[in-house]
Amino acid sequence: MSEQVKSQKKFHIKNISLLVTSLLFIGLFSVGAAAYPKFLSLSTFCNLLNDGSYLIIASIGITFVLLTGGIDISISSTIAFTCVFSAFLLRTGVPAGVVIPLVLLIGLLFGALMGFMINAYRLQPFIVTLAGQFFMRGLCAVISTESIPITDDFYKKMALTKLSFLGAKIYFYVFIAAAVLIAAMFTLKFTRFGRTVYAVGGNEQSASLMGLPVGRTKVTVYAISGFCAALAGVVFSFYTLAGYSLQNVGMEMDAISSAVIGGTLLTGGVGTVIGTTVGVMIQGVIQTIVTYQNLNTWWTKVFSAALLCLFIVIQRMLAGRSEKRKDIRGKVEKAA
Amino acid sequence: MEKIKKLSKYQGFWPTVIFIAILLINGIISGGTFFDIKIVDAHLYGRLIDILRNGSKLMLLATGMTFVLATGGTDISVGSVMAISGAIACSIVDGRILPGAGQSVQAAILLAILGGVVCGAWNGFLVSKVKIQPIVATMILMVAGRGIAQLITDGKIVTVNSDAYYFINGGYILGLPFPLFIVLFAVALAILFTKKTAFGLFLESTGCNPVASHFAGINVNRVKWLVYTFCGAMAAVAGLIESAGIKGADCNNAGLFMELDAILAVAIGGTSLNGGRFSVPASLAGALIIQSITTSVYAMGVAPEITSVVKAVIVICICLFQSVEFKEKMRKRFSAHKPERMAKTA
Amino acid sequence: MSSENMLIQMTHISKSFPGVAALDDVPLELKSGEIHALLGENGAGKSTLIKILTGVEERDGGSILLEGAPIFPKSPQDAQRLGISTVYQEVNLCPNLSVAENIYIGREPKKRGSIDWKKINRDSRALLDRFSLDIDVTKNLDSYSVAVQQMVAIARAVDISAKVLILDEPTSSLSSVEVEKLFEVMNMLKAQGMGILFVTHFLDQVYAVSDTITVLRNGRYVGTYATKELPRTQLVGKMLGKEYAELDLSSEKEELIGGERERLLEMKQACGPGTISNIDLNIYKGEVLGISGLLGSGRSEIVRLIFGIDRLEQGEMKLNGEKLAGKGPLPAIRRGVAFCPENRKTEGIIGELSIRENIILALQAKRGMLKAISRAQAERIADKYIKMLEIKTPSQDQRAKNLSGGNQQKVILARWLATDPQLLMLDEPTRGIDVGTKAEIQKIIVGLAERGMTVVFISSEIDEMLRCCSRMIVLRDRKKVGELSGKEIAESAVMSLIAGGVKNGEDKEAV
Repeated sequence: MSEQVKSQKKFHIKNISLLVTSLLFIGLFSVGAAAYPKFLSLSTFCNLLNDGSYLIIASIGITFVLLTGGIDISISSTIAFTCVFSAFLLRTGVPAGVVIPLVLLIGLLFGALMGFMINAYRLQPFIVTLAGQFFMRGLCAVISTESIPITDDFYKKMALTKLSFLGAKIYFYVFIAAAVLIAAMFTLKFTRFGRTVYAVGGNEQSASLMGLPVGRTKVTVYAISGFCAALAGVVFSFYTLAGYSLQNVGMEMDAISSAVIGGTLLTGGVGTVIGTTVGVMIQGVIQTIVTYQNLNTWWTKVFSAALLCLFIVIQRMLAGRSEKRKDIRGKVEKAA
Repeated sequence: MEKIKKLSKYQGFWPTVIFIAILLINGIISGGTFFDIKIVDAHLYGRLIDILRNGSKLMLLATGMTFVLATGGTDISVGSVMAISGAIACSIVDGRILPGAGQSVQAAILLAILGGVVCGAWNGFLVSKVKIQPIVATMILMVAGRGIAQLITDGKIVTVNSDAYYFINGGYILGLPFPLFIVLFAVALAILFTKKTAFGLFLESTGCNPVASHFAGINVNRVKWLVYTFCGAMAAVAGLIESAGIKGADCNNAGLFMELDAILAVAIGGTSLNGGRFSVPASLAGALIIQSITTSVYAMGVAPEITSVVKAVIVICICLFQSVEFKEKMRKRFSAHKPERMAKTA
Repeated sequence: MSSENMLIQMTHISKSFPGVAALDDVPLELKSGEIHALLGENGAGKSTLIKILTGVEERDGGSILLEGAPIFPKSPQDAQRLGISTVYQEVNLCPNLSVAENIYIGREPKKRGSIDWKKINRDSRALLDRFSLDIDVTKNLDSYSVAVQQMVAIARAVDISAKVLILDEPTSSLSSVEVEKLFEVMNMLKAQGMGILFVTHFLDQVYAVSDTITVLRNGRYVGTYATKELPRTQLVGKMLGKEYAELDLSSEKEELIGGERERLLEMKQACGPGTISNIDLNIYKGEVLGISGLLGSGRSEIVRLIFGIDRLEQGEMKLNGEKLAGKGPLPAIRRGVAFCPENRKTEGIIGELSIRENIILALQAKRGMLKAISRAQAERIADKYIKMLEIKTPSQDQRAKNLSGGNQQKVILARWLATDPQLLMLDEPTRGIDVGTKAEIQKIIVGLAERGMTVVFISSEIDEMLRCCSRMIVLRDRKKVGELSGKEIAESAVMSLIAGGVKNGEDKEAV
């Protein structure tokens, strides 16, 4: 005896939001193209990828943390530290083959340390990662308060290696970003760890009662965020060939913005790394338009903040509506 | 002895003791020169005076941050609000905006503080009405704020030549630096409002147990809104002091990274970062401790950058001491007792 | 009683938390192919017993045998591996994941190192088919009703471990049709040899589907009975600690003379969000109204609606003839309504504040933020109530969290008395309090009533309500099933109404 149970029509944040994000990107790109003839070109698009690849990597890392319902505001300083420390080591003659794995390891371990304290001692993520930010920034300044140039050959090669076609250039590090994106997509969709990340973000208590390794997962996502930040730092140093302790200030908001615009819920459990990537591209388009318009580059930050605010408000409104529907389902007295 | 015991019950007791201890250590190391106070032109000069003057910005931020932390929230936009306030004030004094105000310093100050109030109210709105978590809500302004400041100054670094404006930072009254009086005035206002109205009670209640406070009839949302607005106002005043000090508006560097200092000052002062009981005088002592450490480090020739690292470690240590789980685990490790089965909190 | 079918044997189970003995020497037995109902009021220990069986808590004493072998589950994962699965009151699945994924998360089948989604979807469709549930398993869990979600949770539990299934209050959010569906599934599983432990407070459902009943009270074992052989009123008596035959207490309060009654509050066809339905209620000035009924019957919801904590979905409420806004506590407080909530720890006491601050809190909220109560005035008010209610404390400045439960309750009572209310509503004011303080609080309530305050009094203990109530309404399953006044209020009558019988004491089966 089979029953047909129709699922109620519900606003699926998951499916619609990726569509909205992509439409937003196409929309903004068209606005730019309409205003400037030179805008609509393959090279503009490729430059978005070139300029944005470090942010893509870092944003993907922070997406993991956001998916579990946490937050990491130390990533900008991890990136800065990676650049400064790499530049410092390279200048003293340490080969790139040692420097790069070392800084990646540092990023990973630092993230894991913060994750451990957050999980084991129930400290609030914002204060731990805020302290982490100042710790890393401080270390940067201890190493050097001035910009250190990078003259290492490997780095220079990385900075110049590119694929040229049809008048556009794609640099090698874009492929690093692509690799990270593909790895992240696979992890989130096809590994138990990835699915646990979503479960923890959806309902941590349920995940625990279902027997999932919640604590381990929470520590790991912070480690991933730290690793991605370090990798983003490596790419950024390819891009700028320098390390400066005051670089990337406020960049964590760009990363969080990209994730939110890309459909990640700050409360956790919902979001995709492909959406985050499109979110990064959207920020890139805004920046490009601002440059074309000869406006103060700070306008980019303002627009980005405004978009973030808008998306958060919309997310909150939708969440509020579905919560009300859940109320009608039944409020039950809890037994003592 | 009795009196000291009574005093020690105040939250601000130990921070004050630590502050005095740091001063004494400094004095000993410097062979007494630390305490030298010269009088030139009826103005007091000296290391101690420097601490008071330079610490005034942090004391103002700490006052505002105390209230915000007492609700269990946080405000990391204070640095950017300082930048906005400096931008507004300098642009008015410069005549760049609102020329109708006649470059009046009073108008500049008023509008700068108003700007801070608006910023704070915006944060409060996001936190209490839209119910965004405070770290994210204030992060929005933290990043957009410097951009807004840049837009006000049209991207340029504005410098002003007004002596009246400079007085805010460099002036003296009764031989003491003017910023000190600003702080005294602002803190007196804050403490008055806290004690003479029910605000202090409502704030503590909200921080300790928002649900029970709601059941008792307290408007929890209004309390939260007020604290963020006040924090914005304090940040604006601090921004004025800083901008007056450099006689201009530096949107990129004004108040940079001061948010952690403010949070740290409040934490050192003994207010829990999870919310609840608070004490403004204790936070002031905390601010002075930080300021005196910074000054001593500078005087000793140690790289000032290392203070960031030290501050980060201190914040984490304070958090650990406030964490119930940490205390449990330390107790288990350091006391030899039979393996009791502890009840897991579900 | 054949022991070959024995699945679970719990003996001498004890568990205590700091200051509270939650379970004391409690046994429980579950056979395969049996639906065993576990009943008890607040504080009975049902949820603690379940948590011990499922590994959420560790027991202090006693033993558990699973099919004859001793077990000691230390985590939900442990219990699952042993074959014990639980479906909780709040569906403990992840709403943001698909139905199929919720069933298989943590044990997803893999193909060449990556999760095999096709298999997951296929297998879950087949699994749900056994439960006669034909839904799109790729859609998110929260696109389905709670009933469906619960069925998914049960399917997961059964798929993981086919021995023991624990259902903890599964029907609280279900409609009667959905409850029937659930019972079909339970009977199907029972026929397959599963042992089902069914925790609930709905007596109708107990009689509809269970074979055996175990009753707990105040952490102690009362007894185990075959459902067919235990009449309703006896069951209620065992849960509340009264034997039907012993009952002879009737109300000492005279009914207020009709006609002179002035109506203070009127409630018409009130419905709360997912809670009470179509309640008509009048409260008259100067009376003490008792609201009785088992846990979950809707008692607290009525007063929460009046106080404005929950929003009124349908119907209307009027105080002194004027509509009650029902939008938050402050307007109600300003109109003279006061409410002592059931959960004094989370909804009442502000632990870090002093006794004095706790006492004047609501009064201060009523006056507004700007008109502060002076220190001298606050001390006077606190003093007055500390004396009046005999709150035991060395000083007003003591932090409220250091007080005993009974004294904390008095502090909350003081808080509301200080607002000089027209209507005082008390929800389980004597729960979890020692006997001596209980008596003191009851005396205080009687005293208030004698001085003319209008009181609404909710309690699970009928005899204490009898001492003060002049009128009583009885709720069952969120509807009003009876009203008794004056001399009519007798324990026997109340219990029959709660149990579902007719007033003259005849037992009736579930309708």
